[in-house]
Amino acid sequence: MNAAVHAPKEPPTKVTVRSLDFYYGADRSLKNISLPLHANKVTAFIGPSGCGKSTLLRVMNRMYDLYPGQRAEGEVLLDGENILDPAIDLNALRARVGMIFQKPTPFPMSIYENIAFGIRLYEKLPRADLDARVEAALRGAALWDEVKDKLQASGLGLSGGQQQRLCIARSVAVQPEVILFDEPCSALDPISTAKVEELIDELTSRYTIAIVTHNMQQAVRVSDYTAFMYLGELVEFGETDEVFNKPKEKRTLDYITGRFG
Amino acid sequence: MSDHIVKSYDRDLEALGRRIAEMGGVAEKMLAEAMDALSSFDVDLAHRVVSSDPRLDALQREIEENAILTIARRQPLAVDLRECIAAIRISGDIERVGDLAKNIAKRTLKIVSEARVPRAIVGLKSMHEVAAMQLKDALDAYALRDTERAHAVWQNDSDLDALEDSVFRDLLTFMMEDPRNISFCTHLLFCSKNLERIGDHTTNISETVIYLVTGEAMPTERPKSRVPDFGVKDEAAQ
Repeated sequence: MNAAVHAPKEPPTKVTVRSLDFYYGADRSLKNISLPLHANKVTAFIGPSGCGKSTLLRVMNRMYDLYPGQRAEGEVLLDGENILDPAIDLNALRARVGMIFQKPTPFPMSIYENIAFGIRLYEKLPRADLDARVEAALRGAALWDEVKDKLQASGLGLSGGQQQRLCIARSVAVQPEVILFDEPCSALDPISTAKVEELIDELTSRYTIAIVTHNMQQAVRVSDYTAFMYLGELVEFGETDEVFNKPKEKRTLDYITGRFG
Repeated sequence: MSDHIVKSYDRDLEALGRRIAEMGGVAEKMLAEAMDALSSFDVDLAHRVVSSDPRLDALQREIEENAILTIARRQPLAVDLRECIAAIRISGDIERVGDLAKNIAKRTLKIVSEARVPRAIVGLKSMHEVAAMQLKDALDAYALRDTERAHAVWQNDSDLDALEDSVFRDLLTFMMEDPRNISFCTHLLFCSKNLERIGDHTTNISETVIYLVTGEAMPTERPKSRVPDFGVKDEAAQ
C-alpha cells in the first residue's frame, strides 16, 4: 500500500523513517511506514485510535525497548544514523529525542529538581550553571514567571497545564534535537492548551517536533506537515494546508470531515 | 457528499443548500418580472419586484448566520468548510442580483411616463435572455455540484459583455438622433449595466462552485469578449 505523498518544496530532513514495521509480539502494528520529519517543523500524526500513531512516536526514541516482545524492523535515521541499531546508546538517544506524554508526569520532587535531575544525568555542572540551565528551561517552557518564587515547592502541586509545561521544560533542559508530543493537551483545559500550543510554536525555532493529536483543529493550528494513519498504514502525508483542505485520499477526507464509519 | 457520523451536521449543510436554492428562485423571478415590467411598462409588476427584495435580504442574512453557526459548532474542514464559505459567498451574489433586478424595476417606474423609443428595449431583452440563462446554469451547477456546467458559465460571460457593447451603441444612436430620448435611454443604459453586472455575479457563483468542489480557485483573468469593442465602452468599467 503506497501512501499518497504530496510533493512540497522539501526543507531539510531531521528524521527519516524508512520501510518501518513494528510488532507487538506477532501483531504487526506498523506496516511499511516511510516518511520524513523535517527539521524545525511540526509534523502532526492523526488517525483513529489504534492506527499506530503513538506506536510510531514510541519508535522514534526506542521507548518500546522497555517492553519485552516488541520489535521494530526497517530504519529510523536521525541525522542519517539508524537509531534502531542495537548498538546505539539509548540514554544518549533519549536525550536527543525527548518525549511529552498525554498525562503530565512530573517527578515527585521540587520544581527545581524536576529539571535539574535530567541535566545531572548527562552533565556535571557547577551550581550557578545548573541554576542558569533550570531557569532557561523554565523560561523556554513559558513557566518561569509562574514558578520562579516557588522553585522548591513540589512539582505535583502545580496545575495540570503547569505540570505539562514543567515536563516540557524538563525535556528542553537536556537540550534535545527532537521533541515528541503524544497528545500533550488531551488532559488540559483550553487556556492551558493554548499555552502549550504557543509553546510548540516557539520551540520550532530550535527543535524538530512530532505531535500525535486527536484534535483535528489542533493539528491544523500547530503543524506544518500532517500524516494520516489508519490500521497501521500511512495513508497520506503532506503539507498540513493541503491535507486538511484538499486531501488526496478519500479515507483522509472522510476522517477529517467526520465521515469515518 | 453526505453521511457525517453526526447526522445533524448533514442536516445543517443540507439546509444551507436548500436556502440558497430558495434565494436563487426568488432572484430569478425578480429578474424575469423586472424585465417583463420594463418591456410592458407595467407599474404594478415593477412595484411587486421592489417589494420582493426584503425577502431576499432576509434569506441572505439567515444563510450567513447559519453558515457562521455551523462553522462555530462543527469546525468544518476541507469540503465541509468550503460548503459554509460557498453558501456565504453565493448568497451574497444572489442578493446583489436581486438588488440589480430591483433597480431595473425602479427605473421602469421612472420611465413609464415617457416611453419614447420602446424598440430600444429589444437589445436589453437579449441581454436578459443570456443573463437569465447564465444565472439558471450557475444555480444548477451549484445544486448539482457540477464543475463542467460552472466552467461553461464562467466561459460564457463574455457573450453578455459583447451584447452590452452593442446595446450601448444602439442607445447612443437613439440619443444622438433626438436629445429628448436622453433621459429615457440613460435609464436603459443603467439597466443594461445592471444586466451585465448580474452576469458578473453569476460568474462569481460559478467560480465559487468550482472552488467548493475542487478546492481550487479559478484564474483571476476571465476570457475576453469574442466581439471586438468599438472603443466606446467605459474603460474603467472593464
